[in-house]
Amino acid sequence: MNPLQKLAASALCAIFVLMVLATFLLPTPYARQFRDIPNADPSTAHPLGTDALGRDSLSRLLYGTRVSLLLAPAAALLSTMIAALLGSIAGLLGGWFERIVLAATDLSLALPWLFLLLVVRATLPLDVPPFVSVVIAFLMMGLLGWQAPIRVICAAARGVRDSDYLLLARSSGCRPARLLLGHVAPNLRPLFYVQFFISIPLFILTEANLSILGLGVMEPMPSWGNLVRGFEDFSTLAASPWRLVPLILLVIVVMCFQLVLPSQEVTQ
Amino acid sequence: MIETRKSTNFFRLGLRRLLFLVCLGLGGVLASATLVRFAPGYGAEERELDPRWRADSVEALRQKQGLHRGLPSFYFHYLSALAHGDLGESDSLKRPVGELLRRRLPVTGNSVIRGLGVAWLAAAGLASLGLVTRGWWFEASTTAFNSLLLSLPSAVVAMLAVHLRTPVFCAIAVVVFPRLYGYIRNLLVRSYHQPHVLAARARGLGSSAILLRHVLPLAAPPLLALFGVSFAISFGAAIPIEALCDSPGLGQLAWQAALSRDLPLIVNVTLVVSLVMLAANSLADLAGRAFAGSTQ
Repeated sequence: MNPLQKLAASALCAIFVLMVLATFLLPTPYARQFRDIPNADPSTAHPLGTDALGRDSLSRLLYGTRVSLLLAPAAALLSTMIAALLGSIAGLLGGWFERIVLAATDLSLALPWLFLLLVVRATLPLDVPPFVSVVIAFLMMGLLGWQAPIRVICAAARGVRDSDYLLLARSSGCRPARLLLGHVAPNLRPLFYVQFFISIPLFILTEANLSILGLGVMEPMPSWGNLVRGFEDFSTLAASPWRLVPLILLVIVVMCFQLVLPSQEVTQ
Repeated sequence: MIETRKSTNFFRLGLRRLLFLVCLGLGGVLASATLVRFAPGYGAEERELDPRWRADSVEALRQKQGLHRGLPSFYFHYLSALAHGDLGESDSLKRPVGELLRRRLPVTGNSVIRGLGVAWLAAAGLASLGLVTRGWWFEASTTAFNSLLLSLPSAVVAMLAVHLRTPVFCAIAVVVFPRLYGYIRNLLVRSYHQPHVLAARARGLGSSAILLRHVLPLAAPPLLALFGVSFAISFGAAIPIEALCDSPGLGQLAWQAALSRDLPLIVNVTLVVSLVMLAANSLADLAGRAFAGSTQ
């Protein structure tokens, strides 16, 4: 790790600690309205001021950070698990199953991801409680985001398939499930971790896009996307630059992930 | 003899791709039809909830809509309507989907093509410049700028475009550029370090000549494949950009359809976009193979 990567990793750790401690740091509940002071400037009671509905911006930022930073890794975990399972089986078995999985992957990679997300979102009700909207967003991203990691995992599993130790395990009567769980998966574990971490910034950006379009996390629950949605009028931000903090935090986190992780060449 | 065999193989590959596209299109149409048929509220009309309508009138209305038809019959009617260019009617806009697509596709196509053109020119130009100059300052500044652009959600780029009153294609170019630049730069650097390029440099060839004669031909097939992928990226970026910039294209239509849960519309929009993407990818792949074959 070079010094820049160390700095990025430290910043990410600090933001994750902030997220964990958000419950203790919240000055007020995120949905509580101070109706007499909407759009207030920063003060000791409200260090980042209040929004148009009079809600404390710092509380909403801390809670929104928690929602976004829990949602994205959870979706990344689900998509990596699907990719790990399908990719490992495809690589291990080879033949027609591998061809079908790779063809389906190529097909999914060729399609614009956001269109698929919109189709799935359109089949589900929009008027749902905020917590349900978080679960829907997590499931949509997790279940549709396995395409990119699966190719890498399948290629690595194919390499393991021809190894001597797997031949030995096969000759000693190991069953396919045991081969997969006891021999292939442990060898591919570092790859699973890398794919998991690579997916996180992608899902953070997707959640932000969906929430800005009104199809992600629903109000009054905050997320980075919801908070950035309030910037529709950029001209007011010149007079109150502290409102940019959620966007700056989002950009810093995604940039830190990009610095720490191996480069993703093309991301949708 | 070898040339004839090569062209026959290429023709076969093209035919296979075309067949694959047709099969995929058929599969996509059937999947779309299934989604539309089993969507919650399919065929339900406001008139059915009107208490002034008698039960037998409501039943007659349902018969007219073909709700009692079996699934095979539904597929048959859907496919035959599609063969006549009838993609159904939008639930929310109450207009034929085909007409909406005909109006909106050129708007998005225009923005996407212009945006891609600008993004490709900027990315390829900057990557080539970096290769020729090879200065650390240029490298560091472009990498930092690229990383910043990659970290911005496309919806935020769209908001900035609205604020700065820039055209939609510029916002698409800003979203696509960093994805292209990183890949093109890596590809050119990798090609630049090949032994034959080193030999050309040792012979005293200039930087531009090396780039044009030795690096670009080597990098062309993957670059052509990237061209196909960049279409998918730009169409994906078109949704938030057109929605927020109020541009009447396919992206805005898809967003409006998702917000109003208009499944016949969103499914058909996605189907059309998917077929355009797959055709673009197949063409790019074939062009890459043809180029690789001709350089060999």
